[in-house]
Amino acid sequence: MPTRWIPSIKALVHGVCLLPLLKLIEMYRSGALGLMADPVNWITHFTGYWTLFLLLTTLAVTPARRLHPRLGNLVRFRRMLGLYAFFYATLHLSTYLFLFSGYDLPTVLSGVRAGHPGVVVDEWKAVWPTILDDLKKRRFIQVGIFAWVLLLALAATSPAFVLRWMGGKAWRRVHTLVYVAAASGCVHYWWLVKKGVRAPLPMTLALAALLLARVAWSARKRWRNSVANG
Amino acid sequence: MVVRRGGSLEGRIASSEITPHEAFLNRRSFVAGAAALGVGALALRQVPGLIHSGAVHAQQKLATVASKYNVPDAQTPFAKATTYNNYYEFGTDKSDPAKNAHTLQTRPWTVEVSGLVKKKQTIDIDTMMKYRPMESRVYRHRCVEAWSMVIPWDGYSLGEFISAMDPLPSAKYVQFLSDDSNKDMPDKPGGFNWPYSEGLRMDEAMNPLCLLTFGCYGEALPNQNGAPVRVVSPWKYGFKNGKSIVKIVFTDKQPHTLWNDMAANEYGFYSNVNPNVDHPRWSQAHERRIDSSTFPRTVPTLMFNGYGDQVASLYTGMDLKKNF
Repeated sequence: MPTRWIPSIKALVHGVCLLPLLKLIEMYRSGALGLMADPVNWITHFTGYWTLFLLLTTLAVTPARRLHPRLGNLVRFRRMLGLYAFFYATLHLSTYLFLFSGYDLPTVLSGVRAGHPGVVVDEWKAVWPTILDDLKKRRFIQVGIFAWVLLLALAATSPAFVLRWMGGKAWRRVHTLVYVAAASGCVHYWWLVKKGVRAPLPMTLALAALLLARVAWSARKRWRNSVANG
Repeated sequence: MVVRRGGSLEGRIASSEITPHEAFLNRRSFVAGAAALGVGALALRQVPGLIHSGAVHAQQKLATVASKYNVPDAQTPFAKATTYNNYYEFGTDKSDPAKNAHTLQTRPWTVEVSGLVKKKQTIDIDTMMKYRPMESRVYRHRCVEAWSMVIPWDGYSLGEFISAMDPLPSAKYVQFLSDDSNKDMPDKPGGFNWPYSEGLRMDEAMNPLCLLTFGCYGEALPNQNGAPVRVVSPWKYGFKNGKSIVKIVFTDKQPHTLWNDMAANEYGFYSNVNPNVDHPRWSQAHERRIDSSTFPRTVPTLMFNGYGDQVASLYTGMDLKKNF
């Protein structure tokens, strides 16, 4: 891929990554969300799905680069894909905190508009015990929050100046946590669904394939090195 | 959602405050119009995706009488109650049954009554429907997944039917088995112990609240809601209510039930709505009430779904945390 194409492809990737968000906004504006029986449930699944999808896409960059020397500069898109994964993970978490938890967002919004900002805190006080209870008791929520915290750490250390400050080696070591985050995301999905539901299977298989590709690559490299050195 | 699929309707629904039921009726007239234009009812039947399975029942208005068992809560719009269903035989996503249940053939249909009864018999659905006047009852419907609806069901008390069947005194439970034929449900997911089995203790089944249900919103049940006959026990979680029933068996032992077979720690035999017993993965203290608002309100869940006056006495002396 010629380097001069990169800016236009980047614009394209931004556009594609923003499509799910645009769809959400459009569904809200058109009233389609209101016709849906349980939009809160739908938004939760929608944002969760796109988080995992983008996370897997991020993880697919390295194996894809290795397919052909000319795909080398795919790495230029990896950070933005990862940051979009974090963006949707944050939307997913916000859906849980501000819609799923019972937080009455419509009341809060109309309260704020009417000049009573205190309602933001009042509503929060009302749902906080439920959220705390979830955090203490439910392992699928624990593993989900864990994955989000990892993504937060990766997003915070993603700017180039942080990389320079940390040094490439330490930075790469920290960023291998992306595997843990993706695996945690899959576990979060499996622990959520009812027994017998196999919806998380395609994502899990994709993750397994991406991890296997890495294992195969490093095995090949080790073998080649040993041949070269021996 | 089916309602939005018809291209010509899209603008009309989005730009106005038409209630979903009316929108659905509009769509129905659209389908009727298409038929009049020469597409023909037969052609429509051969392309099942064209018509919403609920529309198949559009003509089947039920004659109902008023009932004393009504809750005053705002009703869930018809379009939401018929497009958000747990009916795993037609797919595990809640939007699947509305798309897939058109394969269910509800006529001819018979229900086999067996087990501990004086006379085993097989009853035709139309005979069953005419046995008692059909009442319209507005019930709260609480799903174990912490969402709820308010639905006008049409049927008569299951107890009246059971009495007519003359069960033996030794019958302590009644089991409901759902249709699982490959013809009606060609894409059942694997890993489940089909057919869907549910059951009630005899005194629960005889409680007048327990409704043998043939319709909702004044019409014959849409396929995805369990046509042609299902049970509705409103003080229990929704999955206790078997759909598309083909067999009723009286037993002296507690019958096995599908979700209890799948995960006994999540789905007990009783499964009474109980805000004090959490599901392992979420709290049951609250529920998202699905009504006509864009974002469902979260409301507190009531013990026995608010039907304690009628049913609490069934469980006197029982530890409902243990027998969840």
